[in-house]
Amino acid sequence: MFSYYLDLALRSFRRNKALTALMVVAIALGIGASMTTLTVLHVLSGDPLPEKSSKLFYPQLDPQDMDGYKPQDDPPAQVSWTDGMALLHARRAHYQALMTGGAVPIQPAQSSIDPFFEDARYTSADFFPMFDVPFLYGHGWNATDDEASARVAVLTRELNDKLFGGKDSTGQTLRMDDVAFRIVGVLDSWRPTPHFYDLNTGSYSSDEGVFVPVTTATDLKFARNGSTDCWDKGSSENMKAATCTWLQFWVQLDGPAEAAAYKDFLLNYSREQKALGRFQRPPNVRLHDLMGWLDFNKVVPSDVHLQVWLAFGFLLVCLVNTVGLMLAKFLRRSGELGVRRALGASRRSLFAQLLVEAAAVGLAGGTGGLLLALLGLWLVRRQPSDYAALAHLDLPMLLATFVFAVVASLLAGLLPAWRACLIPPALQLKSN
Amino acid sequence: MDIRPILSTLRRHKITALLLVLEIALTCAIVCNAVFLISQRLQRTEMVSGVVEHELLQVTVANIGKPADAKARAQEDLALLRRIPGVTAAALVNQVPFTNSSSNTSIKLDPTQKLPTLNATMYMGEGLIKTYGARLVAGRDFNADEYMDYDDMRADPNLQSKVGSVVITQALAQRLWPGQSALGKNIYLGDTSVRVIGVMQALIRPSLFMGDDAAQWTMVFPLRLSAASASRYVLRTAPGQRESVLDGAAKLLRKADPHRIILHKKSLDDIRSDFFQNDRAMAGILVGVIVALLVVTALGIVGLASFWVAQRRRQIGVRRALGATRRNILNYFQTENFLLATIGIALGMVLAYGINLFLMLHYELPRLPAVYFPVGAVVLWLIGQLAVLGPAMRAAAVPPVVATRSV
Repeated sequence: MFSYYLDLALRSFRRNKALTALMVVAIALGIGASMTTLTVLHVLSGDPLPEKSSKLFYPQLDPQDMDGYKPQDDPPAQVSWTDGMALLHARRAHYQALMTGGAVPIQPAQSSIDPFFEDARYTSADFFPMFDVPFLYGHGWNATDDEASARVAVLTRELNDKLFGGKDSTGQTLRMDDVAFRIVGVLDSWRPTPHFYDLNTGSYSSDEGVFVPVTTATDLKFARNGSTDCWDKGSSENMKAATCTWLQFWVQLDGPAEAAAYKDFLLNYSREQKALGRFQRPPNVRLHDLMGWLDFNKVVPSDVHLQVWLAFGFLLVCLVNTVGLMLAKFLRRSGELGVRRALGASRRSLFAQLLVEAAAVGLAGGTGGLLLALLGLWLVRRQPSDYAALAHLDLPMLLATFVFAVVASLLAGLLPAWRACLIPPALQLKSN
Repeated sequence: MDIRPILSTLRRHKITALLLVLEIALTCAIVCNAVFLISQRLQRTEMVSGVVEHELLQVTVANIGKPADAKARAQEDLALLRRIPGVTAAALVNQVPFTNSSSNTSIKLDPTQKLPTLNATMYMGEGLIKTYGARLVAGRDFNADEYMDYDDMRADPNLQSKVGSVVITQALAQRLWPGQSALGKNIYLGDTSVRVIGVMQALIRPSLFMGDDAAQWTMVFPLRLSAASASRYVLRTAPGQRESVLDGAAKLLRKADPHRIILHKKSLDDIRSDFFQNDRAMAGILVGVIVALLVVTALGIVGLASFWVAQRRRQIGVRRALGATRRNILNYFQTENFLLATIGIALGMVLAYGINLFLMLHYELPRLPAVYFPVGAVVLWLIGQLAVLGPAMRAAAVPPVVATRSV
């Protein structure tokens, strides 16, 4: 029966080529625009570490003085050196890492490459195991290296390719800002999206090329990238004593019980610091999990949301357009439908036949929409935004395109098909 | 023309007519808002900076290790840069408009105030106002003896109280002391106070993280920077000489101290263009959507009108046989389209207003100006009439003899 309906549909397409083409193009345009914007939204609002994100938390404290205090305010988005180090040394979580972004001049050993500036991450040792960072060669450093401000570094695969031609460079020396570092590890390709652990340096920016202990970088006064928020006397030459928040602190907590206990610990720590006179404000702590933190910071640009709304508005117009055209087309065939009814076809089977026709339009529109979405994403990738390069169609979105297109045109076909089925057979035969 | 026959025909095609009205309404609503969004984006790219953009160049450097005598290094660099033919001024500054990197501080008008008045940005660098070409509208620029070394102040925070003066923008002055002269008034930063000695027409903050309304909340301090505390050299030159000066400056800086890296060298025009590229891209996308929407709607009208014409061939033939002219038939279809478009536009206006309310709530957009409504209406009427013209002409071409044939 289905193949018969399909045959009827194809015949009807051939009869009204322009009208059919118009419907297919309208669906294709609507689906293409919607899928392009949805794919961008899907990529940008994705989970950077799907296996682990529920265990990763971002603690916040409020160490500021009473100047400008408003009780309902959120605590600062980062921590100071003193508090960061205190929380790091307390070791109350499974893993904990204190970090900040920066940039260092790299002085390659070979004279063929001029010195260049590379984005860097200054972090404590747990960064690598906590975020499941894959290693190509060697490994990260350990807490002892952190304590000793050891001159050790981990390179990304890309930087290792550039400096050492992709060979195992562990054990070699790399000069950065006139200081010799020993390479202990090389990462495999790793680009969590969004760049969740530090949203100050761009939510979707490409990642840093080199990692060094945060203690070492601070002692050597390496250049920092990111945001510094100060109160009281504020920033100075010695960032370890500065009354500024400028570091990110992440912890891994396995399960809600541990998370609750950690929040209590943060509250106790704040009370203790207030008793000591270091903190002045009432204890104000937060413990967002990873996805909660991204949500709180609204990492997905509002333009992307706006584009999705726009595309769906466009799709709606295309669908209304298709409903109108399909209605026109089905009603025009009243005669044919009347004959089929008179020959014994039930309303139900007519309805099914017309829906098959609508679905065929949807499938054709979906194929067109897919091509348009690929074109749209290619255009997005040529845009200047830092997330542009990430816009690629994946398998789930590809399947979704077809399902979406067929469902949309079935919906568009429902009203016309129902209307056409209501025609009493006798009347149609008579009028002709 | 009598519209009663048209209305009675439309009543017999309620659903189709309704769909056409709905399509026109949606298109009208989306197009009105999209055009408004475009105008907002383009208006944003016109933001006033207050500096002589076409004459400015930026070269940023990064030291390898710590420079031996950072203060002397900076003075030597600037002396070299000023000697490049075509350079009229040069300064080492902490921040540059449209670079997204800025120092900001909260300020008070009274040290006992509990909450700060607002957050403003801090520009510093010897000769900054003259190099940027920022225009003073009141007071004066800093004297040479007013400048202090920023590095000394970093080393000894007590020196902060010695910085006595500040130059601010007109917008900041108006915000702090509406309707009064700002000259001689005090601004408090923490415990220290500075006196306003000059007011500039404009100087934009380098990053607009506080929103576009705070774009001109700017202060300039008389602080001299060193090669250790700043990395941005700004040069002023004639627009025609920018390229050669930029290349020359980068080479000179590199040669003067090979132990550093030239990070960027760019004209301020290029920096500005990069800063607003997302706005321009969004405007481009919106233009694309508007065109696609209007085309789809126009084709939809063509499709439905053609269908109606085909369906009413006999009726048209009868009318022609009864004496209707071709013009009568043409007018019939044009009037029908005009009626449907008018209902659609009326509905679309309400919808446009609703969408605008939604956008105002979620995307901090201003209210849609009333002028968009009549313009949107005229555009959709025109498109409707153009789209229906083809099918209507085909209808007018139906010969009266059709009336005598059976379908």
